[in-house]
Amino acid sequence: MKALIPGRGGKLTPKEAMEWIMKVLFLICGFIAIAFVLLITIYLVISGLPAIREVGLVDFLFGTRWASTDQTDPAYGILPFILTSIYGTAGAILIGVPLGFLMAVFLAKVAPPKVAAAIRPAVDLLAGIPSVVYGLVGMMVLLPAIRETFHLAAGDSLLAAIIVLAVMILPSIISVSETALRAVPKEYEEASLALGATELETYFRVTAPAAKSGIAAAVVLGVGRAIGEAMAILMVAGNVANMPSLFSSVKFLTTAIASEMSYAAVGSLQRNALYSIGLVLFLFIMCINIFLNVFLKRNKEG
Amino acid sequence: MKRITSLVLSGVLCLGLLAGCGGGTSSAPSSNPSSGTNSAAPSENTPTELSGTVNTDGSTSMESVVKALAEAFMEANPDVTVNYSGTGSGTGIESATAGTCDIGLSSRALEDAEKSSGAVENIVALDGVAVVVNPNNGVEDLTVEQIAQIFKGEITNWSELGGADGQIAVFGREAGSGTRGAFEEIVGVKDACKYTNEYSSTGDVIGNVASNPNGIGYASLSAVNNSVKAVKVGGVAPSEATVLDGTYAIQRPFVMVTKEGAELSPAAQAFLDFSMSADAADIIAAAGAVSANG
Repeated sequence: MKALIPGRGGKLTPKEAMEWIMKVLFLICGFIAIAFVLLITIYLVISGLPAIREVGLVDFLFGTRWASTDQTDPAYGILPFILTSIYGTAGAILIGVPLGFLMAVFLAKVAPPKVAAAIRPAVDLLAGIPSVVYGLVGMMVLLPAIRETFHLAAGDSLLAAIIVLAVMILPSIISVSETALRAVPKEYEEASLALGATELETYFRVTAPAAKSGIAAAVVLGVGRAIGEAMAILMVAGNVANMPSLFSSVKFLTTAIASEMSYAAVGSLQRNALYSIGLVLFLFIMCINIFLNVFLKRNKEG
Repeated sequence: MKRITSLVLSGVLCLGLLAGCGGGTSSAPSSNPSSGTNSAAPSENTPTELSGTVNTDGSTSMESVVKALAEAFMEANPDVTVNYSGTGSGTGIESATAGTCDIGLSSRALEDAEKSSGAVENIVALDGVAVVVNPNNGVEDLTVEQIAQIFKGEITNWSELGGADGQIAVFGREAGSGTRGAFEEIVGVKDACKYTNEYSSTGDVIGNVASNPNGIGYASLSAVNNSVKAVKVGGVAPSEATVLDGTYAIQRPFVMVTKEGAELSPAAQAFLDFSMSADAADIIAAAGAVSANG
């Protein structure tokens, strides 16, 4: 290790020089990653603040009317987007987490090894499907089904977005909670079984609580994926800035940016407001990441 | 031995790269010397070779027309490259006046404010905005007034218009779209529309109208296909002939925007002249719009 410290007077052997160069290279690579995070953060804050200042923080965050291209009476209230993003994510978690958790229990504990070996690649494949494909399938299959089941004018709705998001977050929830379940020491389960508990009682009363923080991490990871998704829900949510309700067309924070950015003139209030939406979204995801880190840390310590 | 072969191979690859660069850089300056001689000659019978790049930027609705024109123009002038980027009418006008592109593309007439900031309107073609419904919809003919009421949410059921009972699903484009701006302005429903859904492309609107029996939407006439039915407006079916003679009410101009006082490069000028000439009429018609100068 001592040889890695340069400038100790004597000349470096080629081997030591190589080590030193590689060390500097790694350092630079590390800094590049940090630099990008910093750059994006600073850029978002700088470009996101002017519109918030112009519209007013309260009017911006709690205004219920978004009419960015209205020439006589423009309004920049993003409460519909914020609520839609929260409801949409919560709905996806409500459907996705129980499904994903039970699937993880099945894969980790119940399934015969051969069956598990067949299902696991399928789950991984689900994670690899591009989000535009989820959107397309949702558009072709889900929307007509919702329209006919609920006798709506059109199927594009918060419900459709929730279902698509729930399927999209399944793979990450399954794989993270499966890992957590597998990490529970075998002795816990053996002790529980020896005390006369059935296998199911053991999985739900002993294994699951022991893997609690890992499963919580899976949930937070799912939240992070769901709230940041844009492409798939752009295709199924309808994209009208309504206050959210299950069967009406809605616009998320992400899709608000995606659908208007290409038209907003540089320097206009509309474009600045879109950056502000990006800033709000960024803060949301930041909070989720902090939560995630806390959970994972507790997981390691516990 | 293996090492030498791979070295040689990579050397060849590098040479290829350099050659590619050389070609690109040498062609750009060569456009200038030839430029002085022919300032505004029409492209068809130019004795001197035109070369260079023409950048067009703007309306997504004009994509098929501009690409067809560019293809024909580049065939006649192999040294010219015509680029198109679809950024939207607003951006197109802005980049033409700011000088970041040669020709801006706008699928609406220029506003007075834009004209006073130096934008010049060159109407290349006319495009009808068709109001489309599902092929199974019994409604054939709507007045502009009825269309406005549907899009404002005052008529909400097809039975009010003589169709089958069914809640009307009003589909539109996203805010900022050239088609949406043109439609809302012509029909007189600017910023007053109650859309069921907004889509970010013409294809999405057509696809959703095709799959939804209660859907109504609007799209550029050139984009309408057999999967949807274009309704008559005030008794006039949308077609090239009715757009050109002005009887079809919902129509808009396709504009090539240039900057007042700024001289275009010879290649850009020739492309503009070509697009405005009677010879381009067939190409524009094949792309689905109606030539304004044919």
